[in-house]
This record gives sequence, structure tokens and C-alpha cells, in this order.
Amino acid sequence: MATAILSAGKSHGNVNDVLTIDRAIVDAIFAHARRDHPDEACGVIAGPVGSDAPSRFIPMDNSARSQTFYQFDSMEQLRVWREMDDNDEEPVVIYHSHTATEAYPSRTDINLAGEPGAHYVLVSTREPGLDEIRSFRIVDGAVTEEKIDIVDAKVDA
Amino acid sequence: MAIEVRVPTILRSYTGGSKVVEGAGDTLTALIDDLDAKHNGFKGRLITPEGGLHRFVNIYINDEDVRFLGALDAKLNDGDSVTILPAVAGGALGFAAAAALLGR
Repeated sequence: MATAILSAGKSHGNVNDVLTIDRAIVDAIFAHARRDHPDEACGVIAGPVGSDAPSRFIPMDNSARSQTFYQFDSMEQLRVWREMDDNDEEPVVIYHSHTATEAYPSRTDINLAGEPGAHYVLVSTREPGLDEIRSFRIVDGAVTEEKIDIVDAKVDA
Repeated sequence: MAIEVRVPTILRSYTGGSKVVEGAGDTLTALIDDLDAKHNGFKGRLITPEGGLHRFVNIYINDEDVRFLGALDAKLNDGDSVTILPAVAGGALGFAAAAALLGR
């Protein structure tokens, strides 16, 4: 099981918001990222519209299959976006991995960010034994880092 | 000739917040011109200054990516549904390139 810790890297922006996310989902993101390493991995966590609660983990194909770039497959994206629409869900989190650099949005990430309502979660797999995860809002080219609150889901016995 | 167009969040500032708008045109180019006439500036978010479809915008006619239908020349029929989605893309490339340039 991945033990997620916040990166000790220097802060690049204001931290004034929080992403609350279940530990099982964070573990699933890291499992996906480690599996696809050294290529970048990407995906979506859907949640009910307006809830800000990421609940449905949807790993996506990286159609670029690259160590320095990711892009959702356009047909898979249409299918998943329709599915979310039908379920009254939205993309609460869009995640991807950097495999040789820190978990911070690149200029490319910032220029191409097209979902102003989403939390952009970046993980880094550059160190085999160290899971770095950070979360950002990216709106109109402005990046704002936010805290991540990783919670353990309550399980009914 | 009515075409239903589904507009992504990031372009709803052009449509007064509307998620679905109606347009007209027998090709994708004609539809985009019609939408731009109703929603000023819309076209510039879909088409590059060189006149091609922006690489990081996906446009679908019904269930098909227009890149497989002739891109801007794709034909439209009354009752078709057009969906616009910003491509979800990015990656470390820019950062690595910048780092190389700065010599670190």
C-alpha cells in the first residue's frame, strides 16, 4: 500500500483550499502511476455535481504513451464525459504523473488546463520509495496550490 | 437546419453560461462561423490563427471525433449533435525543456 506524503518541495503559490480525498483513491492513483512508469499515467476521479467529493476512480489511457506528455484518448474521453453527464457527475479531480520531475504543474500543464472546476492532482514517481502528491487549481493560467486531506473511509462492519 | 451544440465549462463565458446552444450550418466550418456570430469570440477558441482546428480541442459529431470525418470540412445534417470538449493533456515536457534551457 502506498503511503502518501506531501512533498517537502518549496511552495510555489498560496495554499488556501483543500482537496479531501479517500486514501483508497490515492492508493489507486499511485498504483496506476507506478504501473505505467516511466510513462506518464493519467485519469479522472468523478464525483456528484457540486459535491467537490471525488468518489469514482477512472484510470484513462495515455494516448501519447510518453515519459513527458499525456493526453486522454479522444474517444475514451467522450465516453467517460457522457457517462459522467448521465450520472450527474463531473470531473472533480484530473490526475497525472510526472515520472522524472517534481509533482508541480509544468508550463504545458498550465497552458492546456481546460477544466477550471477540477482539482489538478499531480504525483511524482521519480523516487521509487517515495510517493509525492500535490493538488492545484489551474484557472486562466493561474496556479494555486491547495492542501490535500487524505481520509480513511468509514467502513460499515 | 438545427444543430445542438454541447459547450464545455471553459467556453460557457461565451454562451452566457449555457451548456447547450443551437447553431446552423452544413459543415463544421459553417457551424463554427454561425456560433461565432451569436457568441463573439467563440471561433478563436476552436480554430488556430492559421485556420486549422486547435490541436487541444476535441469536437465530436454525434459519436465520432471530427478528425475522422474531415475535420473542419465535416458534413452536418439537421438534428446532428455536436459536442466540444477541451482535450485533457499536459505533462512534464515544458518543465524539462525549461530546466534544460536554464541549465539545471
